Amino acid sequence: MQEINSLIGGFQVALTWFNLMLMFAGIVLGVIIGVLPGLGGANGVAILLPLTFSMAQQPGGTTSAIILLSCIYWGALFGGAITSILFNIPGEPWSVATTFDGYPLAQQGRAGAALTSAFTSSFVGALVAVLLITFMAPLVAKFALRFGPPEFFSVYLLTFCAFVGMSKGSPFKTIAAMMLGFALAAVGTDTVTGQLRLTFGYMELLKGFDFLIAVIGLFGIGEILLTIEEGLEFKGAKAKLDMRVVIDTWKELPKYWKTSVRSSVVGCLMGIVPGGATPASFMSYGLAKKMSRDGPKFGTGMVEGVVAPETAAHAAGTSALLPMLTLGVPGSPTAAVLLGGLLIWGLQPGPLLFVEKADFVWGLIASMYLGNIVGLIVVLTCVPLFAAILRVPFAIIAPVILVICAIGAYTVHNSMFDVWLMLVFGVMGYVFKKLEYPLAPLVLALVLGDRAEDSFRQSMLGSQGDLSVFFSNGLVGGITTLSLLLLFWPLLSRALAVIRGGGRPPTTTE
Amino acid sequence: MDETRQHKAVGSVRLWEIVVAAIFLAFGALVVYDSRRLGASWGSDGPQAGYFPFYIGSIICISAIVNLVTAAGRKGDGAKPFVNREQLKMVLVVMVPYAVYVGLIANPVYPLGIYEASVIFIAAFMRFLGKYSWLKIAVVSIATMVAFFLMFEVWFKVPLPKGPIEALLGFQ
Repeated sequence: MQEINSLIGGFQVALTWFNLMLMFAGIVLGVIIGVLPGLGGANGVAILLPLTFSMAQQPGGTTSAIILLSCIYWGALFGGAITSILFNIPGEPWSVATTFDGYPLAQQGRAGAALTSAFTSSFVGALVAVLLITFMAPLVAKFALRFGPPEFFSVYLLTFCAFVGMSKGSPFKTIAAMMLGFALAAVGTDTVTGQLRLTFGYMELLKGFDFLIAVIGLFGIGEILLTIEEGLEFKGAKAKLDMRVVIDTWKELPKYWKTSVRSSVVGCLMGIVPGGATPASFMSYGLAKKMSRDGPKFGTGMVEGVVAPETAAHAAGTSALLPMLTLGVPGSPTAAVLLGGLLIWGLQPGPLLFVEKADFVWGLIASMYLGNIVGLIVVLTCVPLFAAILRVPFAIIAPVILVICAIGAYTVHNSMFDVWLMLVFGVMGYVFKKLEYPLAPLVLALVLGDRAEDSFRQSMLGSQGDLSVFFSNGLVGGITTLSLLLLFWPLLSRALAVIRGGGRPPTTTE
Repeated sequence: MDETRQHKAVGSVRLWEIVVAAIFLAFGALVVYDSRRLGASWGSDGPQAGYFPFYIGSIICISAIVNLVTAAGRKGDGAKPFVNREQLKMVLVVMVPYAVYVGLIANPVYPLGIYEASVIFIAAFMRFLGKYSWLKIAVVSIATMVAFFLMFEVWFKVPLPKGPIEALLGFQ
């Protein structure tokens, strides 16, 4: 029970007045970010990351900084549910499934019940995932200590192949977007030889593309442009949450324990795989619909239909931090931004983090428990306040968000060139979204590009250019095989369907 | 009549798919070219600088060609409009002033700094898209930027580009 001791130590780190204040501030900021159009977990954290630079330089400051940023993430996860239920606008892709039953509930005047069940199930999902992290992360980290460059490269390969295998759209668009991320990551000075790559004589490109700029542009500006194009007007249901509704809903919720358990498991499993939160929420909604007695009534405003996707999405969003901390492989764009934060603060995510920075890791894990409790209290008590933000007219909120994006892009390196770059990424995000090029693999490739390349080069150096090093032992061979399986999964599943269906290709339902 | 004109498409989805795939192809070729220039093979001391990007560029080219062929052969929903004129107008109404705003922050002629430029940007946005009264505009835009000023310069000590007014007040 070494984990329990470490966790108690973590609580001692996290439980200071300063950190509790940061948690509270982070959650409130996070919910606002989750509620506002154009700001989401990933770019919200990216914009606020520079604010932690000076904080992280103080002794023990990195823990406070990660507490602030991770609480923004939890807040954004909670906030997504508010817009989905009250306004039928999913703030985040993984909240889409919440609108199916959440919005009908709100229209029937049961917004309070929908919100309470959404927040409570988010909390339950997150709690299960944090428990998983508490007990699994040290094991995974210990196991990963034995990893050499080939193993790490095969894990990166697995991450990226999982994107291709699990993407709903065209696999070649996923590959193109991902490779674009790798190519952009390669721009600038080569870390090994010191040669300039892909700069074509432009001094501004020397330091390469920062993924934070890309995140702010792609997700922030791109999202705003899409919102504006639709000429969005917010028409929402009234939000009122009094204690009686909350308690009545809480009495109802234990009935759905089976759905909660199932959704938590689905969420945790999918969350460890990159890009898992959105499919997890849909999958868990689908499973609940299939297995529940009230299944046929789903979509007309069932509390259970809110419980299922919210539990899974929050569990997945939280467990996405497990591979980020233990292997240095983020499971979601927001986890990628957090990973970028660790790198900027001078921490090396990966198995050694658990040995060298145990305080930091366990402080973070303890703050996940506390942050979600604080989050649940904040959202239950302040819903009308947050819903009021959405009633601020678009002509006021949009320019303020655009200004925030510009400031966020500037503060990363104090460079105006970055702000222009963000504009370009914004237009790119808009076009990519419209043509269904996925953005998450692009961002992850941009973050992991250098590390993936380093591990590839080191593996190649060790084997003198022989690719069979990726099959040299059971572990690395297994991961590589699994990666290739996932990579060719779109082809394989089609082939299987053809064999089973007697030569008829499956109808794609995109 | 009027409605059909407003909904006139600016290029079909298929056209834009082809354009984007072609840009990907060109970019991939550029990466391959630059990697070849740096050396994409095995040097005396291991893989050369262009070794990894060379493969990345090649994969971009291959997937771009697949996307190009898929898009060119796409029927049915490929003819859907990519964006209609009204939508494009809205996007440009936001993007063009935004670019002007970024230009105002820092330029060689008269840099306004982020705070002054933001006040102007928010004010213009509220005036032309929201039709608010000047009083409301002044309150919202100036209050927002004063709050940001306090947050960045005073609280978190993150310096942003400053303009003439801050210089007058003695902030550098």
